[in-house]
Amino acid sequence: MAEPVIAARDLSLVFTTRDGPVQALSQVNLDIAPGEFISLIGPSGCGKTTLLRVIADLERATGGRIAVNGRTPEQARLARDYGYVFQAPALFPWRTILGNVMLPLEVMGIPRAERAARAKAQLALVNLAGFERKFPWQLSGGMQQRASIARALAFAPKLLLMDEPFGALDEIVRDHLNEQLLKLWAATGKTVVFVTHSIPEAVFLSTRIVVMSPRPGRITDIIDCDLGPDRPLEIRETPAFLRIAQRVREGLRAGHSYDV
Amino acid sequence: MSRAVLPVLTVCAALVALWYLGAVWMNWQLVADAQARAGAAPDLAEMVRLTLAQPRPLLPAPHQVVAELWRSTMTLPVTSRRSLVHHAWVTLSAALAGFGMGVAFGVALAVAIVHIRALERSVMPWIVASQAVPVLALAPIVIVALGALGLEGLLPKAIIAAYLCFFPVAIGMVKGFRAPDAMALDLMRTWSASRGQVFWTLRLPASLPFLFAGLKVAMAAAVVGAIVAELPAGAQAGLGARLLAGSYFGQTLQIWSALAMAALLSATLVGLLGLAERAVARRMGPRA
Ligand SMILES: Nc1ncnc2c1ncn2[C@@H]1O[C@H](COP(=O)(O)OP(=O)(O)OP(=O)(O)O)[C@@H](O)[C@H]1O
Ligand SMILES: [Mg+2]
Repeated sequence: MAEPVIAARDLSLVFTTRDGPVQALSQVNLDIAPGEFISLIGPSGCGKTTLLRVIADLERATGGRIAVNGRTPEQARLARDYGYVFQAPALFPWRTILGNVMLPLEVMGIPRAERAARAKAQLALVNLAGFERKFPWQLSGGMQQRASIARALAFAPKLLLMDEPFGALDEIVRDHLNEQLLKLWAATGKTVVFVTHSIPEAVFLSTRIVVMSPRPGRITDIIDCDLGPDRPLEIRETPAFLRIAQRVREGLRAGHSYDV
Repeated sequence: MSRAVLPVLTVCAALVALWYLGAVWMNWQLVADAQARAGAAPDLAEMVRLTLAQPRPLLPAPHQVVAELWRSTMTLPVTSRRSLVHHAWVTLSAALAGFGMGVAFGVALAVAIVHIRALERSVMPWIVASQAVPVLALAPIVIVALGALGLEGLLPKAIIAAYLCFFPVAIGMVKGFRAPDAMALDLMRTWSASRGQVFWTLRLPASLPFLFAGLKVAMAAAVVGAIVAELPAGAQAGLGARLLAGSYFGQTLQIWSALAMAALLSATLVGLLGLAERAVARRMGPRA
């Protein structure tokens, strides 16, 4: 196996809050190989965002080890190894769509002419050609989220971290974006770590699904999702798909310790 | 548009009417005494006419102020020491110089406070305390101290104006520079943006609405500061000097026209800032 993009060993993270310590991650062990599409799924508060933020060096683990491309998360961040898509588009309202997508390139000191060309290409990839000069408020929520994906892709990172990027969108738009994301992933061979609440979304997109459970946040199951690279939306009706979805559901249920 | 104009005009008309009533009432005794001394017994209409036409009324009527404004701005050469344009320019130049200095200082202070954690706790209380000192008490001290150093004319006045200016700008800009939410800051961090890049591409644009709010308050304060600073300096020139001279010699018309001029000046400057704000807002994502 090639060197893993992400290797976590006994990773744990405790937030110190005013009401005492909160164990957000506990004993997380996970290897992610290049080109994988990994979904993190689990109930609210199980540490999905926290795990993603540790990978991105937006949060520091308090125990265990984690390597990103064989380096520390900080080194990986400084080397601009990954693109991060937040739950909300977080576009700057005073910049045009093109200006927003060019922003990371600007920060990274890429020449002006190249910036525009690359940003335009990314916008075309997410079907936003022709909207370059619009401002964020002139776009629908789904279009804004697509722009934020284009922004994360603009500097061609090999690793894409996505935190519930389609969580706020309606089902039709979500299906459409899922298809586009899958095509993009197949075409570029990027490694994707994708947080979601939706079982069908996770099964549809992933090569492996990581099931997490709360209090403390830990991995309870890792499910292979070998549906092949070619996945039309109709695949969600097939027995193979439903079997995997059923396994994920069981994994989630087992992790739940609701005393109801 | 016209629906908004009518209520505004009504209120204005009511205020002017009140002012006229006030002028009649305030000046009544003055006129009555003078008429008694002269042995005259004017009727009511004549009394009212006289109360609104006194050369040194307690409260001048609006048309008297307007006439005096016209006379002292339009009928005299602007180089004349009696021209209100000359005095307004003296005050305006000090106010604008002070505004520039105060805004620069206020923004610089805010930049420092936002970037150096320790400054917030150590400097902020002093900034707030500085504004608790009445400028009326401070102005003579500064003018005299700077005068002893040989500094006279525009600069000392500008310093007083700047002293009043920097505060609203600094407070507003600290808030403005902190306006970006955690997600936007995290986003910049994922790109390993430098502090300078975060400042220029995120904090500064996000702070612009706060900047203009601060600038408007500062502009009005700068005019007040420049006028107050003219009072202790022997009152040679400027709107403040006109106010002081007017009160020495009981020239209420002169006082009121200087006050009106100061108000016009402030309103115009704040209005210009409003236009600049609109122009900037249009460039930064025109909405509807
Ligand atoms: N900055 C923080 N300070 C303190 N506690 C935090 C912080 N961030 C997260 N937590 C806690 O850590 C736990 C995991 O949070 P996290 O945001 O990773 O959950 P999640 O799985 O992403 O949930 P959701 O699906 O609702 O987004 C929660 O109990 C949360 O309250
Ligand atoms: Mg989350």
